[in-house]
Amino acid sequence: MFDDRSPIYRQIAEQIKTDILNGVLRADEQVMSTNQYAAFYRINPATAAKAFQQLVEEKILYKRRGIGMFVSPTARDMLLAQRRERFFTDVVDPMVAEAKVIGIPLADIITRIEQAARSDEEKAKSGHADEDER
Amino acid sequence: MTSRIDLEELRLRYEDTTAVDRVTCHLEGGKIYGLLGRNGSGKTSLLSMLAGFIRPTSGSVLVDGQPVFENPRAVSRICLIRDSGDVGDQSDTVRTVMEIAQVLRSTWDQEYAERLLEKFKIPMRKRVSQLSRGQRSALGITIGLASRTPLTIFDESHLGMDAPSRALFQEELLNDFMANPRTIIVSTHLIEEMSTLFEEVLILHEGRLLLHEDTDTLRSRGAAVTGPADQVDQFVFGMNVLAERRLGRIKSVTVYGELSDLHRRQAENLGLEMEPIALQDLFIHLTGAVEESR
Repeated sequence: MFDDRSPIYRQIAEQIKTDILNGVLRADEQVMSTNQYAAFYRINPATAAKAFQQLVEEKILYKRRGIGMFVSPTARDMLLAQRRERFFTDVVDPMVAEAKVIGIPLADIITRIEQAARSDEEKAKSGHADEDER
Repeated sequence: MTSRIDLEELRLRYEDTTAVDRVTCHLEGGKIYGLLGRNGSGKTSLLSMLAGFIRPTSGSVLVDGQPVFENPRAVSRICLIRDSGDVGDQSDTVRTVMEIAQVLRSTWDQEYAERLLEKFKIPMRKRVSQLSRGQRSALGITIGLASRTPLTIFDESHLGMDAPSRALFQEELLNDFMANPRTIIVSTHLIEEMSTLFEEVLILHEGRLLLHEDTDTLRSRGAAVTGPADQVDQFVFGMNVLAERRLGRIKSVTVYGELSDLHRRQAENLGLEMEPIALQDLFIHLTGAVEESR
């Protein structure tokens, strides 16, 4: 489930964020308690608590005293904004750098992106996902 | 109830060997601690002194501020389970072993003990000598958990158990710890399997305490840096290098320490690949590297 290569509390936090983005966890929905989480994934409860604490600080989750933790109504929009911002630094910039190294002109990349976008639209219109149509 | 532990300059010498060499550490308690170390690193010696089984050559062991050796009151609040079932007399039945444990510990939970024996499938009627190695380990685990002592120590207690039994041990350890918080120390070299249970980790090497760290902090500490040898050398200059490997002009170096975003950017600019490494590998490098440098 979790790997030993990075802090587990961060892996837990990432997983919960992904659940929120995917809609698995909805706004104002209660998340598992620290102890439930620890028992389910067989991790130390303090590690789970640290992850939840971080998410509260980031305003992704909020606490209701004596009841538990819930997903903030704004969590999904906040995460979407963050991921959108990161998309350019994490995906686009490395791609441009790689293209430069192997000598692909920028214009070719743009053409390809436009093609991909168009075929996506067509697929959406025709309602079925035939690949390599053209 | 949890126990605080203070070890000060703790030493244990046998005739011509030093098993434990001036270990100083402070555990605030109420946590699950992992004690890691290779075979012969002094784990069992250290834990035996902590449980009051043997007298230190010098230095002090305090549990809740009290010395433990020849101190019945302190010792009744400590339970040390050693590897594969050195529990009770070989000719005793499981039932008798349970009865003795109950007399020794005021915190004993008989109902929980019986539930655990059922889960581990250990018949009460059998003699200890008739149990398999795995069953003897499970009997030890049962005694350790059901004792509910403020300080509970498992010294490689899970070694003889098969994977499903070890998983059951982990599950019970966590659930019972959450329901009844106490100080728990688990010594092991099955790091990958057990490390998610530990809030803090102590590494013992050649009798010395190599490090005591929050487990998640430790997970963020090591990295493998790979790339053209010159650039790698430039990047790791001044860092704590644990291991090096070369393949032609490519070099891979394992470093240990705080790695900031600045480091990451620097590595990126030099065209180096920086990868996190697993706790197990970090342990191997940490306890292997010290030996080589001697």
